[in-house]
Amino acid sequence: MLEVKKWWRHSRWNITEDLAGYFFMAPTILVIGAFVVLPIIYAVFLSLHKVRLLGGIEYKFIGFGNFLRLVEDERVWIALSNTAQYVAIVVPTQTVLALVLAVTLNSGVRGKNWWRILYFLPTVTSSAVLTLIFMWIYNTNGLLNDLLAFLGLPTYNWLGDPAVALKGIMIMNIWSTAPFYMVIYLAALQDIPQTLYEAAALDGANSWQQFIYITVPLLKPVTLFVVTVGVIGTFQLFDQSYIFSNGNGGPNNATLTVVLLIYQSVFRNLQMGYGSAIAFVLAAIIITITLIQRRFFGSEKT
Amino acid sequence: MYVVLTLYAVITLIPFLWALSASFKPLSEIVSSEPNFLPKHFTLDNYKQLFIQEPLFFRWLFNSVIIAISVTILNLLFNSMAGYALARLHFTGKNFWFFLILAVLAVPAQVTLIPTFLILKAFGWLNSYQGMIVPCMVNATFIFMMRQFFVNFPKELEEAAQLDGLNTLGIFRHIVLPLAKPALAAQAVFVFMGSWNNFLLPVVILFDPEMFTLPLGLNTFKGQYISYWNYIMAASMVFTLPALAIYAFFNRYFIQGVTFTGGKG
Repeated sequence: MLEVKKWWRHSRWNITEDLAGYFFMAPTILVIGAFVVLPIIYAVFLSLHKVRLLGGIEYKFIGFGNFLRLVEDERVWIALSNTAQYVAIVVPTQTVLALVLAVTLNSGVRGKNWWRILYFLPTVTSSAVLTLIFMWIYNTNGLLNDLLAFLGLPTYNWLGDPAVALKGIMIMNIWSTAPFYMVIYLAALQDIPQTLYEAAALDGANSWQQFIYITVPLLKPVTLFVVTVGVIGTFQLFDQSYIFSNGNGGPNNATLTVVLLIYQSVFRNLQMGYGSAIAFVLAAIIITITLIQRRFFGSEKT
Repeated sequence: MYVVLTLYAVITLIPFLWALSASFKPLSEIVSSEPNFLPKHFTLDNYKQLFIQEPLFFRWLFNSVIIAISVTILNLLFNSMAGYALARLHFTGKNFWFFLILAVLAVPAQVTLIPTFLILKAFGWLNSYQGMIVPCMVNATFIFMMRQFFVNFPKELEEAAQLDGLNTLGIFRHIVLPLAKPALAAQAVFVFMGSWNNFLLPVVILFDPEMFTLPLGLNTFKGQYISYWNYIMAASMVFTLPALAIYAFFNRYFIQGVTFTGGKG
């Protein structure tokens, strides 16, 4: 009798818990279902079809046709190469800059919080605004060229010259995202016990040696995080390229990124299937690189 | 040390100050070859012209505010509900949903962009507030963050409240949410800024100028007034001020939020 009562109470408790659980989860399940899970399945479907959007929507199954086509598309390779260059330069630079700024701020300077607030400013500013400000600085008679001329250095047509346009975006993004990672490093630096540095100082290590042998190795997990998030973020470069080039990726495809190409194939050429195929290639690249990084750093951590 | 710090502070500030100064200069002074930081002929005309030349500017501002505020409030509510359920409640299929949310974190938004466009089109939600709000009203990162927060939360208070006869919803409203304020504040500023600055979603689903948000409007404005940098900079400054004000008031929570996300990585 007692057992039954217990069972009864237990199961009733379970039903109410189930109800409560699903009540609390309902908005999340609906939104993630409709705007993440369903779109992923739909994207797989689209990528295997030729899609026509003329009033209604028509699908024609073409198997891996879209994927075969993108291998031969010259602009895909240009976009991939631009994006890869961008990642390869921006991620290491912003990571090192963030670390240097964090260590400098952490070395017992006065007004640490004020410096931090000031440095963080570009990170909270919209990418649209930052891009416009930099386009104004980069224009032929702009501030940057004035400065370069003043220093006796060559000036460039930053917005119009294919050789430097992407570099302009790189400089801007290093400048605007490094402070974000600086704050992450700064928080991690608080967790390194001061006694380690004191012991090292007693052993005669100078501050450079302390930085290389204590700070850098202990920050390794944070660096993994910063690099991973950095790679994911930089691979998705879009806003800046779009605004810089009015959405066409110019001059001469110099600022064409993978995401911009996806945008163009869908909203300029109306090729939903082809765009989805490119999106999957991008996702595959990002996920692969993330896994490689995990592996690479993970095996050394222990 | 202070030399390095000051130098970098200058590098950080110059673009902003240069833009601010341009927004108060007449066009003649902007195109002149001599750069000067303080406007020789200080003028407010650019700001006046902005609202006269582009009557939709207020509309864009209004759209951005409505969307950002709705997205923020809904995110705070729904993310903490889901986070709380995943941390505290025992319901069938809980592990499955938790795994699904973690998996969703790994998928780049570009993959879902095209289908989301088509789904919103099928709903008739292109060019609408709900099209901008509904897909963004929960966020897997912050659900995960809230879950971590609630897992480390002392259980005793909730148990005491349960003995006092409060049901789960009551406990959530009266005990859990008020105590989660720091995590909610950090989340609020991030969600707000994310929505306020979002460019990819609006550029895809909004094409009626009446429905534009500010970043999109700003981009169109740039197209129309190309080389009128005085207007463009004035417009940029109008757009930046609300975000800066929020940052100035809540900068503590920004830092907390960054640290929180970073620490859990």
